[in-house]
Amino acid sequence: MPYIFLLPNLLFFGLFVFVPIAINFVYSITGGPALFPSDRPYVGAGQYTYLFECGSYVDPSTCREDHFWRGVYNTLFFTFFQVATMVGLSLLTAIVLNMKIRGRGFFRAVYFFPVLLSPVVVALIWKWILQRDGLLNAAITGLGSDRILFLAEPGWAMFWAIFVSVWAHMGFYTLILLAGLQAIPSDIYEAAEMDATPRWRVFWRLTLPLLWPNLIVVVVLSLIRAVQTFDEVFVLTGGGPGTSTLMVVQYIYETAFSNQVQNFGLAAAASLVLGIVLFALTLAQLAFTQRKSS
Amino acid sequence: MNLSRLVTARRNPKGWHWTDVAAYAYLLLGVVLMFGPVLWLVLSSFKTQASLLEFPPSLLPLSQKEVTVPGYPQPLLLFKVTMEDGTTRELAQIRRVGVQAQMINPADPSQQFRVAIDKRTPVREFSLATKNYTEPLERFAFPRFLANSVIVTVVATLITLLINSMAAYALSIYEFKGKNAAMLMVIGTLMIPITIILVPVYLVVTKLGLVNSLWAVILPGAATPTGVFLLRQYMLTLPRDLIEAARMDKASEWQIYWRIVMPLTLPALAVLTIFSIMWRWNEFLWPLAVLTKTEVYTLQIGLNAFQGELQTQWQYLLAMTVMTLTPVAVVFVFLQRFITTGIANTGMK
Repeated sequence: MPYIFLLPNLLFFGLFVFVPIAINFVYSITGGPALFPSDRPYVGAGQYTYLFECGSYVDPSTCREDHFWRGVYNTLFFTFFQVATMVGLSLLTAIVLNMKIRGRGFFRAVYFFPVLLSPVVVALIWKWILQRDGLLNAAITGLGSDRILFLAEPGWAMFWAIFVSVWAHMGFYTLILLAGLQAIPSDIYEAAEMDATPRWRVFWRLTLPLLWPNLIVVVVLSLIRAVQTFDEVFVLTGGGPGTSTLMVVQYIYETAFSNQVQNFGLAAAASLVLGIVLFALTLAQLAFTQRKSS
Repeated sequence: MNLSRLVTARRNPKGWHWTDVAAYAYLLLGVVLMFGPVLWLVLSSFKTQASLLEFPPSLLPLSQKEVTVPGYPQPLLLFKVTMEDGTTRELAQIRRVGVQAQMINPADPSQQFRVAIDKRTPVREFSLATKNYTEPLERFAFPRFLANSVIVTVVATLITLLINSMAAYALSIYEFKGKNAAMLMVIGTLMIPITIILVPVYLVVTKLGLVNSLWAVILPGAATPTGVFLLRQYMLTLPRDLIEAARMDKASEWQIYWRIVMPLTLPALAVLTIFSIMWRWNEFLWPLAVLTKTEVYTLQIGLNAFQGELQTQWQYLLAMTVMTLTPVAVVFVFLQRFITTGIANTGMK
């Protein structure tokens, strides 16, 4: 009887997750433009060697598949700064919201609501502010500066991609950290207050160590998400200017679906590489959560 | 109650610590940064095309006042004009010739003037350009996209609720061979996001003949590991005696699931419903890959396509963006507690 209840769900998992994993591997060792694996000639590790053929790995322009490597470097850069900013700000916000604050529910809602907005909506909201005649340019010209084409200059475009992404998602991590802070028994704090321990000392010696497990989870979770960044950045900048905000997932999507020649094999090989990174990160997360619960 | 005491009241009886001040300053800055952009979007979406092109932009939606003057079939634009003697008066513009404008006094149509155009400024009033909202509903495929998104969200959520709750029921109530393997499969799927299996899922969908149908968006994400976990966790807390008693009364397993366990699981089902609506309404990458015909676009894909095509018609784009975020905003306002406790309990979204 339990098997009948399990069946529909596992059928979906099989059809849309496990079978695809196997086929993905088949795609990555075959070539040609055909969609059906039986029509695709075997190429061995050809897709992988093509993907990894570089004069120098430090310089994407020396690679055969320079877009992939641009994507890798952009994603690494994005991930590092986005995760660092996001974890820092979420922690700060969670601590502030955990103070004896009036209207806590309201403020929590304020930080949280962008989490529910769709990536397209988030990107369009900011595109409207950042455009040539937008609110931000009105503000900086009002202060006497020249207009800046925020999404047309590589450095600025990357900055805003990170900013917008943090804006949209920090509420989620704030919520997890806030739950962690609220789980810390309050009598610990009362004892510290009795001893007149300074607040910064309470933070370093009590709050931070007790929050550490949650913090690790937040770091790994945001790493997993950041490595897969696609939608907001894609709608905001389209990967541009040039390839300066092109991410790995956008490379995969374009290679398989939107380029003139659909290269399923190369896209599959690139997604397997990404998959290995995600697998390692997820194992790390499971290890940490296991340790937390035991 | 004394108002000043209400405003300055604190929870901390010992007085203000500098960290309290910093905390409120930080939170107020947060309100501006988080709410401001959305407020700006909504305000902008009610502006006319002409006032959207203004730089610097006005804060509120304003449009130039118009007057009807006897003898002129069209309403005329109203300006404030500085006359040669230094006085100012409100005049309506009949026509503009180069740097000169021919103006008329709306109160007394016999008075006409020639005015240099740099001597006049438009008279403006607050007005909402609601046609930004009504026109996309008539002119573009927007209603189609809206309908597609509603269908996808509703059907997918129903399927998710059914199959996830069935799996959760099996994994929480029964002991059976292969239970651990099934649990492992659920955890496994948690590690495999759609981003890394785009191509093969596309193949599966093609083989099933679903490309460019809404089923291609609905089915692949219908079984969610998050949902199974959430529901199983909740079902584990249900009293076992209840199920034993039902078995004594010769209730079938399906009846136990449908009549006893499901009603008791309602709080968890509510959380999963909200999650599923959010996921489906906002989904982007997969629909983008699998939907290539305009008729089957969901709102998100349609909106993304519009932003490429309507670069110069922000008034429609902004209004459509507001319409897209409205359902989510409504859900949030009414169900905020469910969502936040759901996330805090599962650590997932």
